[in-house]
Amino acid sequence: MRSLRHPWTLGVVGVIVAVLIWLLISTSDVVDKLFLPSPQAVWSAGQGQWASGLLIKDALASVQRVFIGFALSAGLALPIGIAMGTNVIICRLLEPLMALIRYMPAPAFIPLLIIYFGLEELPKVLLIFIGTFFFNTLMIMDAVKFVPREFVETARTLGGRGLPILTRVVAPFIAPQVLDAYRINMASAWNLVIVAELVAANEGLGKRISLAQRFLRTDEIFVGLIVIGLIGLMIDLGFRFLMRRACSWAN
Amino acid sequence: MYLRVADISKSFGHGSQAKLVLEGVTFDLHRGQFLALVGSSGSGKSTVMRLIAGLDRPTTGSISLDGLLVRGPGSDRGMVFQKYSLYPWLTAAENVAFGMELQRRSRREIQERTAYFLDVVGLADAAQSLPRELSGGMQQRIAIARALAAEPKVLLLDEPFGALDIQIRESMQEFLYQLWHQTGLTALLITHDLEEALLLATEVHIMAPSPGRIVRSVTVDLDRRDMAHLRVSSPFLDLREDLASSLRSLEPAGRR
Repeated sequence: MRSLRHPWTLGVVGVIVAVLIWLLISTSDVVDKLFLPSPQAVWSAGQGQWASGLLIKDALASVQRVFIGFALSAGLALPIGIAMGTNVIICRLLEPLMALIRYMPAPAFIPLLIIYFGLEELPKVLLIFIGTFFFNTLMIMDAVKFVPREFVETARTLGGRGLPILTRVVAPFIAPQVLDAYRINMASAWNLVIVAELVAANEGLGKRISLAQRFLRTDEIFVGLIVIGLIGLMIDLGFRFLMRRACSWAN
Repeated sequence: MYLRVADISKSFGHGSQAKLVLEGVTFDLHRGQFLALVGSSGSGKSTVMRLIAGLDRPTTGSISLDGLLVRGPGSDRGMVFQKYSLYPWLTAAENVAFGMELQRRSRREIQERTAYFLDVVGLADAAQSLPRELSGGMQQRIAIARALAAEPKVLLLDEPFGALDIQIRESMQEFLYQLWHQTGLTALLITHDLEEALLLATEVHIMAPSPGRIVRSVTVDLDRRDMAHLRVSSPFLDLREDLASSLRSLEPAGRR
């Protein structure tokens, strides 16, 4: 009973049940094996890709694009979001523009990016940047706007001004919300890298899936999907862990 | 040392939209004095405090501390707010040290003064606690310790006990009296609670709204050593009733 109360227990049960249903359907021959490969077939396809080194190579290629694109986005969004949150003029200048671009679907930029930058790494990284920068910035701006006035004014009456208020009051207050914004928008980054690779790439998990489609290798598509999901989950858990460690006061 | 508030007024907005919230407020606060501004909401009492703290500028008139014109916030005027008074990501000790760090005092001095002021407010044991682990009354005591540690000439208290339960409020009032009595600090208290003002302050100014102004001032000379007794003693109750009736007479007829 005690193990049941652990927050993860039921989650694991859910996954096991889903795999069992999958196993049941695939062994009952209701669906053609070509369309629904068995868990065993997917496992061995995964092992094959692991042994040949393809899996690691693809995963690294995708992860690298996500990290570079997202690091650019997160790194630029932080100062700009803080500037917009603290300065009315900057906010009025930039917010309408950003709100507009935010609603342009990032994948719609792919044709332009390919025309401008070809098929190399740059357009893929930029796609991730475009797809996450505006969300990151506006979410950070909102976090800054909600810093209670009293926090800033207390620091000012204690003799603080300018930069120390930013680093010692605003930054710690918004840290949990910034990390949460990053965590949420990281999911879009991870979506977009796959989209970019489906369109054009030499390697990457998205590329592997689209190649598998060409040869009707649904087992390899399943491998790709599961690996993409697992890496995404790990990134998400990483952010949650970071948040618990760095911002324990906010929980 | 004294704080001089000279004929200040404050209006918000411009042109025909301008709203006068404070008019012709004048008073002095001398070293070691405990002064209270009492009034209903809209009487401008919090505006007076913000102007003294330097967080806003008066439209006309001037505020000076020891002859120096107040032009902005500074650590010579420490402030305690009703809400969000402590930084929730810092421990009690770190909160107390916060102002001294902004003042770039030496690490050793900060350590010593932090320990000293935690002790002064009776919370040495809570040094390593986060604010959310402390009761509302303890949090306000830490906030007072933080303000005092930065060595202000005057302590500004903006409804510091307004969010507390009545019992805790009463014990905090005793605490604040003892603190003032023992340390000889100079304090300005903003409150809507007449009883609180009379219990603590040596001088009480009553403020009325639209526009905010001082309508009555009294010097309170009561024996505060036994506060529980004072609360029900007849000189105290008479004075309170006298001032309460003059406060009531200021209310617009519809709100009575």
